[in-house]
Amino acid sequence: MWQEYLFPENINDAVSILSGSDGLARIIAGGTDLMLDIEGGRHVVEKLVDLSRIRELDQITEENGIIRIGANVTCTQVVNSELIQKKAPALSQGARRLGSKQIRNIATIAGNVIRAQPAADTAVPLVALGAKLEVVSADGTRTMEILDTYTESFAKSKIDSTSEVVTFLHVPAQGTLEGSAYVRLDKRRALSLPILNVACKISLAGDTIKSASIAIGPVGPGPRRAFDAENKLVGSDISPESIQSAAQLVINQCDPRNSLVRGSRKYRMAVINKLAERAIMQAVACAKA
Amino acid sequence: MMKKITVNFTLNGKAIEVFCEPDKMLVDVLREELALTGTKIGCREGECGACTVILNGDAVNSCLIPAAKVVGKEIQTIEGVADNGRLHPIQTAFIEKGAVQCGFCTPGVIMSAKALLDKNKSPNSDEIREAIGGNVCRCTGYVKIENAIKHAARILSEISVTGGGK
Repeated sequence: MWQEYLFPENINDAVSILSGSDGLARIIAGGTDLMLDIEGGRHVVEKLVDLSRIRELDQITEENGIIRIGANVTCTQVVNSELIQKKAPALSQGARRLGSKQIRNIATIAGNVIRAQPAADTAVPLVALGAKLEVVSADGTRTMEILDTYTESFAKSKIDSTSEVVTFLHVPAQGTLEGSAYVRLDKRRALSLPILNVACKISLAGDTIKSASIAIGPVGPGPRRAFDAENKLVGSDISPESIQSAAQLVINQCDPRNSLVRGSRKYRMAVINKLAERAIMQAVACAKA
Repeated sequence: MMKKITVNFTLNGKAIEVFCEPDKMLVDVLREELALTGTKIGCREGECGACTVILNGDAVNSCLIPAAKVVGKEIQTIEGVADNGRLHPIQTAFIEKGAVQCGFCTPGVIMSAKALLDKNKSPNSDEIREAIGGNVCRCTGYVKIENAIKHAARILSEISVTGGGK
């Protein structure tokens, strides 16, 4: 277990500690997953580098149509944010369903993305919303598309928390005639893993769907986009039939495993279309509201 | 031998200093270093809520929080809920409504309920269920717990009307 617990005051100091520690220092934000991962032997850590004193990472702000969410922002902060409720509702709905109240009070959405679980309640909506991550390392700052941070290995991010820090998430703010929604299938309402989840963002031009983005999980190593269904939706009229026929195509990008926790592959392949249909319907309703 | 660290924080209203290993979890510091065993250990993985304490006003799982992380923070445990031996209205309500059976989950549930009622004076059923959704109880079936929290809200509102209590 770790021998040192450090609180850098700024991002540069955090990166310097990582750079000087030969991969044995690791970033901690909320730590709700990290503690279990360390306990379970997934990481060897000598130093934990806690971001909580870097106050600029505590905020949710909006600049030029982009919502910036700092790495310290918890799920509870996201749930309570009127800005997110109004301009990124799918994220608000996802954050509300993550873990329990106790977990949401500590867990960050940046951590939820980096942990790279395929059905993460905030990552799936962030994929649909087209979020980007601002990543700082000794080489400087870069911006990554959220989907590009996932690998072909289960629950493995390209972001290396022993050498780099995610500082902000950038989420495009929803404008007029745009809407988003998140739906989840689960065994019970409190503290349960999703059997399946779908997030959808839609923009409308009159009664036609102008653009669509659909994210699905857990149907592969990380969250996935349902490109075939999206393409089918674009340009189609808003009708139950057109939404239903587009939603049929989400299985093209689904490859779920048989899981004792989440359900069988067969069951999940059978119901994902219906869940996608609901997500699209709700996103359309949100865009029209 | 791991080098120990000093952690300063506020516990149940008093400033304290703990000298412990840097990788100790908050729940272990509370129970082992400070002998506050009202906070229970159930699963040690944030699933059961038996270890719930209040951190700067919010309910959290003390089994998932390194003690080193709470430097400068305010922690409240079940031991800090009663006022000099006088039970808090939430505790009274749990007794009156029969919301305690084996009692193992009770400290955690009460801390979740307190975090809720400190912010929301008259929560509805959905809000109560959301607040205690991270607390597992294998005895009661939750109905009496929910009723007790509603009852506690009523007692607290009467106290605030009459001006008594803390």
